[in-house]
Amino acid sequence: MTGVSPSIAADIAIDVEGLTKSFGGRTVVQNLSMQVRRGTIYGFLGPNGSGKTTTIRMLCGLLTPDSGTGTCLGYDILRDADKIKLRVGYMTQRFSLYQDLSVRENLEFVARLYGLPNPRRAARDMIERLGLSGREEQLAGELSGGWKQRLALGACTLPSPQLLLLDEPTAGVDPKARRDFWNEIHALAAEGLTVLVSTHYMDEAERCHEIAYIAYGNLLAHGTVEEVIANSSLSTWNVTGDLNGLAAELTGKPGVDMVAPFGTSLHVSGRDEAALEASIAPYRASDHWHWQKTAPSLEDVFIDLMSRSKDNFQ
Amino acid sequence: MSVSASPGQPREARDTFGFWRRSFAMLLKEFIQLRRDRVSFAMIVMIPVMQLMLFGYAINTTPRNLPSAVLLQEDTDVGRSILKAMENTAYFRFTREVHTVEEFDNLLQSGKVLFGVEIPRGFERAVRRGDKPALLVAADATDPVAAGSALGALGTLVQTALQHDLHTGDPPDPPFEIRTHARYNPAASSRLNIVPGLLGTILTMTMLIFTALSVTREIERGTMESLLSMPIKPVEVMFGKIVPYVLVGFIQATLIIGIGVLLFGVPILGSVLMLAVLSTLFITTNLSIGYTFSTIVQNQLQAMQLSMMFFLPSILLSGFMFPFAGMPVWAQYLGEGLPLTHYIRIVRAIMLKGATIENLQYDTIALIALMLLAMTIAVTRFRRTLD
Repeated sequence: MTGVSPSIAADIAIDVEGLTKSFGGRTVVQNLSMQVRRGTIYGFLGPNGSGKTTTIRMLCGLLTPDSGTGTCLGYDILRDADKIKLRVGYMTQRFSLYQDLSVRENLEFVARLYGLPNPRRAARDMIERLGLSGREEQLAGELSGGWKQRLALGACTLPSPQLLLLDEPTAGVDPKARRDFWNEIHALAAEGLTVLVSTHYMDEAERCHEIAYIAYGNLLAHGTVEEVIANSSLSTWNVTGDLNGLAAELTGKPGVDMVAPFGTSLHVSGRDEAALEASIAPYRASDHWHWQKTAPSLEDVFIDLMSRSKDNFQ
Repeated sequence: MSVSASPGQPREARDTFGFWRRSFAMLLKEFIQLRRDRVSFAMIVMIPVMQLMLFGYAINTTPRNLPSAVLLQEDTDVGRSILKAMENTAYFRFTREVHTVEEFDNLLQSGKVLFGVEIPRGFERAVRRGDKPALLVAADATDPVAAGSALGALGTLVQTALQHDLHTGDPPDPPFEIRTHARYNPAASSRLNIVPGLLGTILTMTMLIFTALSVTREIERGTMESLLSMPIKPVEVMFGKIVPYVLVGFIQATLIIGIGVLLFGVPILGSVLMLAVLSTLFITTNLSIGYTFSTIVQNQLQAMQLSMMFFLPSILLSGFMFPFAGMPVWAQYLGEGLPLTHYIRIVRAIMLKGATIENLQYDTIALIALMLLAMTIAVTRFRRTLD
């Protein structure tokens, strides 16, 4: 992966090819290639155990890939881990700052490790910016989930990284804190920071500039949200009316791959448009229901990708 | 409220003072965590004090009222007087009276009594005739200190025990003799050996455990993932984790030596400075070994177990419990590989014999070699990735 010309490389934050990693004979990431342009927010989606965390760890030098090559901020992920670490902020899935250090002490520790000129001031400024003033002497372990997440983000942005790797940063955080968090992420990206964020939430995926869907170690789809939906080749119908028993009736019919209730309506989707339409024709004729062709939601697409990947890889 | 603009850029990992700066960050963090860990903090003071009090007093003070048995072959005034006189020394307390040699031997062997006195048949008649008969005192000398002082008290007893019974005024010769038989362990070792030995033993135990847990704790609490994603090198983590405990160990050593000198009257004949320097070396060696353990094991429980596995042979093979020269050759070789062996020699030599550094070259070099070996293993074993 060194064939990229410098002008393009300068524009690309993450560029990896053929990353493979297995633990004890089980392949967790398989032949994964991806490119992330600088300044974008890149959403990393996929079911539990799909290799998201492993990929992120390989990007910041915490794991060594079994095979594959790549660069992170222009540095080789195999040889220049030290240089990458200096420029990348990694926010772990589980809170990994010191629970028995205070907010201030944690931030000062990070500032010192990165050699910031004035660790005390850097920590004080960050506390103010995070809105943690008044809590600086509180032990990190005593903070609530939302505050812990804020502190963790503060700690990994303290040394002014060029790339942020966020592993499910909003798990277990309330909607208000999540929104604030995403506003911050967008503000950081606007200043040129690249953000790779893994998540399970569809609304968060829709806040990303680009997304990638990974399942069972394979990258299945990537692009903007619109591109991913457009490329899904999924036909979806929205049904309203008396839905009682309809879902059970439709499930399993030829061409019907997915039936999912959305409040007072039902999404019926299939990859084979003709087969799907043939199957639902009798129901469309009835005036019990109102049928309308619609675009699949991102969730429809992901559930479909997930069930297909199961067919292929399990 | 954005978290973006930060004051200052991080420095390249290989800048001039980077090593010291990051090591310092690490050790400062360790100090803060140590201060907050009340239990460990209490251990730093309580372990040396309690151990020294328990061991020190149990071993060092002259034990009194030791359970004893008497084998009475005849029941006479003279015999009774001797037994009374023995009890008056406060060392002996006669708890059993037996009538056969088998019972007598059995009591000693089972440890139910520490002493046995045999008054033979015809003893009184022999005394009155001036035959100077022998009185047998058998001692269980497995604990030489316990037996030693009591046996020592018997010396004056022969002169005074029968003054009232015989009315012979002040005879130049004692009317009978006492034949002592120290069973099981005839060669008693010096009491002063205990405090120097304990100093090394306590330091080994506490230092080993402090650092043996340090890396595994970070892994178990999940903080290792963050730490590894930051620009710090294995050797910097090691220094940061060892240095705070060197100070802790130094405080412990001072505490133990202080108690030893003040309460147990152990002298320091040699240089106090040299004792301090070599103690610090020994402390650092143990911390390095503990740290090495923590880079090998998977969790804190294993770290404790490995520490105990190292600690036990240290006690047994270092010359603390058994004389080093008395061990078989293979055990002596093993013992040479243990820091405690060298430290006990050093401390005994400095405190009790007033040795100089010229006398201790070999043991000092051995300690340094063991320390460097442990550090090298630790740095190479330290996993920089989560693989």
